[in-house]
Amino acid sequence: MEWWKDIYGALKAADIKQVVFVPDAGHAKLIDACIADNDIRTVPLASEEEGIAMLAGAWLGGQRGVLLMQSSGVGNCINMIGLMRTCRFPLAAFVTMRGQWHEFNPWQMPMGQGTEPVLEAMDVLVDTVDDPADVARQSEAVLHRAFIGMQAGALLLHQRLMPVKTFGD
Amino acid sequence: MTDSSRADSFPLHRRDIAKQIFDSGGENLLIVTGLGSTNWDFTAAGDCERIFPLWGAMGGAIPLGLGLAMARPEKRVLVATGDADTLMGLGSLTTVAVQMPDNLTITVFDNERYGETGMQATATAHNADIAAIAAASGIPVTGTIRDQEEMDTALPEVLEGRGPAVFVIKVRAEKLPFVLPPKDGAYLKDRFRIALLGDTGIV
Repeated sequence: MEWWKDIYGALKAADIKQVVFVPDAGHAKLIDACIADNDIRTVPLASEEEGIAMLAGAWLGGQRGVLLMQSSGVGNCINMIGLMRTCRFPLAAFVTMRGQWHEFNPWQMPMGQGTEPVLEAMDVLVDTVDDPADVARQSEAVLHRAFIGMQAGALLLHQRLMPVKTFGD
Repeated sequence: MTDSSRADSFPLHRRDIAKQIFDSGGENLLIVTGLGSTNWDFTAAGDCERIFPLWGAMGGAIPLGLGLAMARPEKRVLVATGDADTLMGLGSLTTVAVQMPDNLTITVFDNERYGETGMQATATAHNADIAAIAAASGIPVTGTIRDQEEMDTALPEVLEGRGPAVFVIKVRAEKLPFVLPPKDGAYLKDRFRIALLGDTGIV
């Protein structure tokens, strides 16, 4: 499960300076790598919607940033995504999915299943990756589409990429 | 029991305070306003490309200012927003206090009202104290300004003090004529970036 290194490599190649996040177990190693990188500012958020607004501010100041979050956090962002669409700010979000595959917690199902339709309802371009071999080029593509193509996009990291989580049952 | 009509007689007028801050700030000051009244206040003070005035994105002014302040540490960033916008994003005060940007000042124009929707009372008309919440969130410089003398005293700290700082400015609950900036968000973004970044601001 080393695909997180491919995301980190893509962030570095795209000159990402701010990585803002609400932690998720699926992003833990990537977050640690960003924290250890002196050329990246890492920002733990109280709520994911702050991250959307922060990335708008970063872009106003001439920096590129990305948002890392779990699928449940997408629901917290919806109104703030309107800021990105109205002002045509670039957006690159990396979303670790719950509620898709071998999900042990039924409370994760509604937002997990709702993630893609609500993003698309806000005109965010959505891609899903479920094969570790594709993470590198998919990550590069979502970053290119944001900062070169000036679009709002999210890459959903399928739950198949994550270790199966249980509470011991 | 609190007096939720007390803001009707607060001495400070929001447009005067916005004008004082804007005129004193100079070319180095980058301003992010919240949606609603603070947008109209700073547009009245001097609509210009160094202001990014929000027309929506409630709860977003403070984190937007944080992202900007982190990207441009050599500039002073002023967030000017209202009590309702701040209350919607209180968690962002804790986020600011983790990053500790010394170039970020947040001024909360607190009229204790939802100004655009019929002047309904916010939590600050009751028992909420945003300066105390900011201090408890870890913001190192906080204060509440209630009259012109306190505003004059605080102004150098607002514009040049070591941040991050949160100043709550208690302003009269008054409904004022609209003074509106352009509302095309893409234009507002691009004019700000070009003013700040020159040709590299053009994508």
